[in-house]
Amino acid sequence: MRREKIISAVLATVAMSGIAGLSLITAYIFKEGLPIILRVGAGKFLLSSTWAPSEGKFGIFSMIVGSLAVTAGAMVIGVVFGLGVAIVLTQFCPRRLAAALKPAIELLAGIPSVVYGFMGVVILVPLIRDHLGGPGLSVLAASIVLGIMVLPTVTSISVDALRAVPRSYSEGSIALGATGWQTTHMVILRAARSGILAAFILGMGRAVGETMAVIMVAGNTAQVPRSILDPVRTLTSNIALEMGYAAGDHRSALFATGVTLFVIIMILNTIAMTVSRRRGQKAGRK
Amino acid sequence: MRLWLVTLIAAMALVCCGCKNRGAVNVVGSTSVQPFAEMLAQEFAKKEPGVRIDVQGGGSTAGIQALAEGIADIGMCSRSLERDEAARYKAIIVARDGLAVVVHPSNPLGNLTREQLRQVFSGRIANWKAVGGKDARIHVVTREEGSGTREAFTKLVMKDEGIAASALVQESNGAVKELVRTDPGAVGYMSLGLAGDLKCLSIDGVAPSGETVISGQYPLVRPFLFVVKGTCRPEAQRFIDFVLSPPGQKLLESEGLVRAQ
Amino acid sequence: MRIPPLVAQRLIASVLWILTAATIGVLLFIIAYVLIHGLPYVTWEFLSRAPERMGREGGIFPIIVGTAAVTCLAVLIAGPIGVVTAIYLTEYTREGRLTAIIRFGADCLAGIPSIIFGLFGFAFFVISLGMGLSVIAGALTLALMVLPTIIRTSEEAIRAVPYSYREVSYGLGSTRWEMVTRVVLRSALPGISTGIVLSLGRSVSETAAVMLTAGSALRMPQSLLDSSRTLALHFYILAREGISMNKAYATASVLIVAILVINLVAYWIMRRFIAKTG
Repeated sequence: MRREKIISAVLATVAMSGIAGLSLITAYIFKEGLPIILRVGAGKFLLSSTWAPSEGKFGIFSMIVGSLAVTAGAMVIGVVFGLGVAIVLTQFCPRRLAAALKPAIELLAGIPSVVYGFMGVVILVPLIRDHLGGPGLSVLAASIVLGIMVLPTVTSISVDALRAVPRSYSEGSIALGATGWQTTHMVILRAARSGILAAFILGMGRAVGETMAVIMVAGNTAQVPRSILDPVRTLTSNIALEMGYAAGDHRSALFATGVTLFVIIMILNTIAMTVSRRRGQKAGRK
Repeated sequence: MRLWLVTLIAAMALVCCGCKNRGAVNVVGSTSVQPFAEMLAQEFAKKEPGVRIDVQGGGSTAGIQALAEGIADIGMCSRSLERDEAARYKAIIVARDGLAVVVHPSNPLGNLTREQLRQVFSGRIANWKAVGGKDARIHVVTREEGSGTREAFTKLVMKDEGIAASALVQESNGAVKELVRTDPGAVGYMSLGLAGDLKCLSIDGVAPSGETVISGQYPLVRPFLFVVKGTCRPEAQRFIDFVLSPPGQKLLESEGLVRAQ
Repeated sequence: MRIPPLVAQRLIASVLWILTAATIGVLLFIIAYVLIHGLPYVTWEFLSRAPERMGREGGIFPIIVGTAAVTCLAVLIAGPIGVVTAIYLTEYTREGRLTAIIRFGADCLAGIPSIIFGLFGFAFFVISLGMGLSVIAGALTLALMVLPTIIRTSEEAIRAVPYSYREVSYGLGSTRWEMVTRVVLRSALPGISTGIVLSLGRSVSETAAVMLTAGSALRMPQSLLDSSRTLALHFYILAREGISMNKAYATASVLIVAILVINLVAYWIMRRFIAKTG
């Protein structure tokens, strides 16, 4: 009995230290970042588009827009292709082929982001520059590269969500005379809605967080982009570019950017949680 | 489970072993100086194999920061020190480097005056035809704010004006070089020693080269500095001495730099 | 104009198949491009020699060692702590507000951009704790980065074990610890391993956070306080600076093959354990 108590104590200590480590990061980031947000004023910090650290001006609006634009573009590609592939894998594909394709798609997730970024620089950016105009380093380039990176996440979670729909749904639909596609979009997709939403939100989180690939293809201009062919800087790129030499207020401002990202992720996660809870309630109602 | 416990303890022991003598001499800072420092470190290792020199990039200001926070033994800087920096650290000139203004090989332009250069980089001139080139938009490429190269360029060319906020930002000389090499409308500035065979513009009629930099004809020249705080470790000092010695300076010259003096 | 359902079906199916083909096409293209340009240069010499002239010549041996050191240490630290935390949260505590908060926190931290961990690691480990740019700073930063994911995936795996297993174990007279190690962990092992292996993969690909905590030194790290470079960072530097495209692609090939192997191992572990218990 005593041995159990000792084991329990050891486990508790280790678990506490793990949790303490994670709390430390959260506390540290907020401690470093919050003061400057309060000093500059949250409104000014978030809504001013002048980022000039050497003059003491810390407005991250242009980078918030940058992150939003790039993420939105990435999610368009991620959802169209990711969900499309998921539908093909679950509805239109013979079992064996699907079993071979799914790990192949997940392999995409394993390619390092710097390789994607480099491919973007070597192939995508000149393509955009020569055929669409602008410097090539743009919102479009970053969206495409990020979209490809987010795709496997969206696909695999969507596949799980689609597969979780009871077969009776599709059987019932077909028994009523619907075609495969009608079944898919009127019955199955609707039933798997919350799982697909979770895939979407997770993919979005990944897109927001990507740094290196974006630095390589987005142009890193601290201005609000006016078209998708304009260069842009995201919140994460900003931190990565300036972290090495930032000091004092500048470094605090970077931590403040971290606080902003933290809050965004918290909001996304809360949405995902409420959605999945509602899904659980719905399923329970059956 | 016992295995990983042992591994962890062994790892911690290794950490403490390293604690006593911080083996490597850390040289941190300018991405312009970095390749040359790396080369010198390799040569130095042949002379003194026991001393380990680690060269890292990050930018000139990052180098000064690293020095201030004790991460680095030597900071590399590709610009002269600010007044408050000069008060706290000692700067040693190890070489001189020209600042090349680079354009795409297909760009017909050959020369720009300093005034034109300033107008191009501040964004006031937005089309190449305004300075005698093709009818195409100018894509201005600049370095990040902490870059010594950018500081040097700002001091030598921009005077009080800022570089255009719409300029594309790249984080190292190599990145600037690659971008300018592939974009026909791009113009950027970088270390002359690293420009290689990329097309460099003449400034005020003077083409950039080793000779024009030494003679002072080429107007855009900046120092490469090794910055130290107080007295540094003997290993670091020996490395600095090597860099300033004739074989060290010769190595730098052969790579396209100009000797310190 | 109403499109008859069967025509719509044919149309949509074709579109979706085109999308799938495009996706697979991109995947194959990227991997093929890198491997074709890089594999010819991956020789034994390349893998066993040290880099010279900033990586223009020579090989990547110290970088392989550096990558292994940083990532394996990170997983060695985060793995046990993460699994133990998950065990403690599920088996040794009652469900309540505190556990819900911890779970939410772990979920959030699992989604935080890795650069923020890099920023923390730089300010705290490298500067405040005085470790300097070092393998240990990089490993600790990466450990903190993957810890939330390991906690969550382990927790999910442990919770998936049917309650009846636990009841049977208690019924046979086991203590809680015996039940946890001999019954629950054994069943949850595939899920836990997958989480850990995926974290390993994520650490190997991480670039920005590593650059600012472990540094980018080219030489072989001789102690944990030495700076070192990882494969992903080396590829980035070689490719970005235009130092050597051949070596860059070769490094990327080694990296991709390593990640492929890691993923295959994860897949194999999963299938083997499912076959055993399933």
